[in-house]
Amino acid sequence: MASKVNQANFDVKKQFETVEEQFQTLQILNEEGEIVNEAAMPELTDEQLQELMRRMVYTRILDQRSISLNRQGRLGFYAPTAGQEASQLASQFALEKEDFILPGYRDVPQLIWHGLPLSQAFLFSRGHFKGNQIPEGVNVISPQIIIGAQYVQAAGVALGMKKRGTKAVAITYTGDGGTSQGDFYEGINFAGAFKAPAIFIIQNNRFAISTPVDKQSASKTLAQKAVAAGIPGVVVDGMDPLAVYKAVKDARERAINGEGPTLIETLTYRYGPHTMAGDDPTRYRTSDLDNEWELKDPLVRFRKFLEAKGLWNEEKENETIEKAKEDIKEAIKVADAEPKQTVTDLISNMFEEMPSNLKEQYEIYKEKESK
Amino acid sequence: MAQMTMIQAITDALRTELKNDENVLVFGEDVGKNGGVFRATENLQKEFGEDRVFDTPLAESGIGGIAIGLGLQGFRPVPEIQFFGFLFEVMDSVAGQMSRMRYRSGGRYNSPITIRSPFGGGVHTPEMHADSLEGLMAQTPGLKVVIPSSPYDAKGLLISSIRDNDPVIFLEHMKLYRSFREDVPEEEYTIPLGVASVKREGKDLSIITYGAMVQESIKAAEELEKEGHSVEVIDLRTISPLDIDTIIASVEKTGRAIVVQEAQKQAGIAANVVAEINDRAILSLDAPVLRVTAADTVFAFSQAEPVWLPNYKDVMETAKKVLNF
Repeated sequence: MASKVNQANFDVKKQFETVEEQFQTLQILNEEGEIVNEAAMPELTDEQLQELMRRMVYTRILDQRSISLNRQGRLGFYAPTAGQEASQLASQFALEKEDFILPGYRDVPQLIWHGLPLSQAFLFSRGHFKGNQIPEGVNVISPQIIIGAQYVQAAGVALGMKKRGTKAVAITYTGDGGTSQGDFYEGINFAGAFKAPAIFIIQNNRFAISTPVDKQSASKTLAQKAVAAGIPGVVVDGMDPLAVYKAVKDARERAINGEGPTLIETLTYRYGPHTMAGDDPTRYRTSDLDNEWELKDPLVRFRKFLEAKGLWNEEKENETIEKAKEDIKEAIKVADAEPKQTVTDLISNMFEEMPSNLKEQYEIYKEKESK
Repeated sequence: MAQMTMIQAITDALRTELKNDENVLVFGEDVGKNGGVFRATENLQKEFGEDRVFDTPLAESGIGGIAIGLGLQGFRPVPEIQFFGFLFEVMDSVAGQMSRMRYRSGGRYNSPITIRSPFGGGVHTPEMHADSLEGLMAQTPGLKVVIPSSPYDAKGLLISSIRDNDPVIFLEHMKLYRSFREDVPEEEYTIPLGVASVKREGKDLSIITYGAMVQESIKAAEELEKEGHSVEVIDLRTISPLDIDTIIASVEKTGRAIVVQEAQKQAGIAANVVAEINDRAILSLDAPVLRVTAADTVFAFSQAEPVWLPNYKDVMETAKKVLNF
């Protein structure tokens, strides 16, 4: 019988089992703050461990303050980050200054820790172009709004680095929903075909706005999509800063050694809404699920780990919180001092040299805006 | 001076810029070993190596995306979109990304990209291989849209496009690729973007056109001349931004104008030219400004193309209406 012959030649079940076996989640630090995978433990000095903790605490405060500033009408577009600190900050912590970040809309913290002044992050939120005027020497671009577009651009940045012979990587971020986009595949496939030094991160926080990850794809893990592009894929516990750091550090090593790109899926969770523009997570998430993920909190487990080593205490925590609050206050002042963006600013930034139609319109708006 | 077809002039321009600037990269589907499906990149990979002239995977959005990324790394990408009907696959990179790069980043980044693509019809291709989508591009702020009508212009305009620090959509009409030869200097030269060319001077009527319709319009003007009408033909060369000064100077002189485009009528370049004339020179007009265009359908399958595409007879018919108004 034909179907039997097919079964013998092509065992669908086995094919997927074989793939899925290769995509076990990497965890180094468990929820109790214990090292469960000594062999995979990255080489980090005590100072580096403290710095990573400091950044996570700082960013949690930044998130809380940003939410309240948004509610007061003092910030504009904001996508909350709490819950994703390990995924966002430990991945950036594994980079060097010369590496180039192409972020999604939630990935502002990585930009800040890569050198973007906080005041500019606030201006971006307020919809002022100066927020995106990245200072010279800071290797990032402003957050991408179109889901997946940053993936194909990252392949291009990485290809450029390869052509220039720079020992650096392009790193880009999307979410679980982003993996459904054609650009996701085109990005990893181009980078694979060109053996370009790129790192593609999927921050799988379980929901693309409201759509759960199991509705995005029949794929058991998202990292296994790497197989189709012929590049390595890794699943990591995205609430474990050490596992995220290790996976990105290894991917970076491979990339700068000419071994091509890596796809990394971080299993994480956003505690807050999709954005502050009216999303209500209670419509699509249960409080049981929220509670389950809060037990995995990256700050809690890393704090336990560091306290046990005598590297962290309440005093350090409070110092960090105070510093964050001060910096935020200062940055808001700087952002407030920036004059409002004008239409003439917009017209001036369209082309290197203003064409005649814009020259005409520039004069019209100059007149209007001088009143 | 060599006699060149438009395709040879394009290859010559690419060679010139690959030589001049090591940041220039030429890439796309089949542009390397194969030299492009129309042979626009013939031998360039052999001359400049696989690092500079290379084949990409078959995905237009990917091609647009890597062009943007390479631009961020200081390269000057010249990607080819194999047929302009495939534009829809790369629309986000073009209209959502590279056109906005300079503004979005407050001038910190730019996209010095020239997308080359064959467009237009009349060569009996399958569907989506012939199309007139230049209007979509011209309506996108942040892009320049350049359409040469002759080998000489193609070389000078392509060199200028590649040197431009903003994204340029460079559209090559398929029917013009090998339809005629003309003298093209072997040395480098540029033609500024945004400047129209007066192909033929006249006193009674201005025909404003671009692309393959330039030849049809010149032919119509020659026929009308025999009937005693002095007709000026303006080749826009760049449809965004428009060279409004040249258009208005001509219309003020002749008092009558028609606008000819191969593309469908609705919301097209011709409509925009008519509006600019109305805005700026309505009191100089002795007759309404009429348009010669294709019908507002999808681009015709090849069997219907000969009637669907405007030709010199259509131009003459409309010209006479305006001349006799």
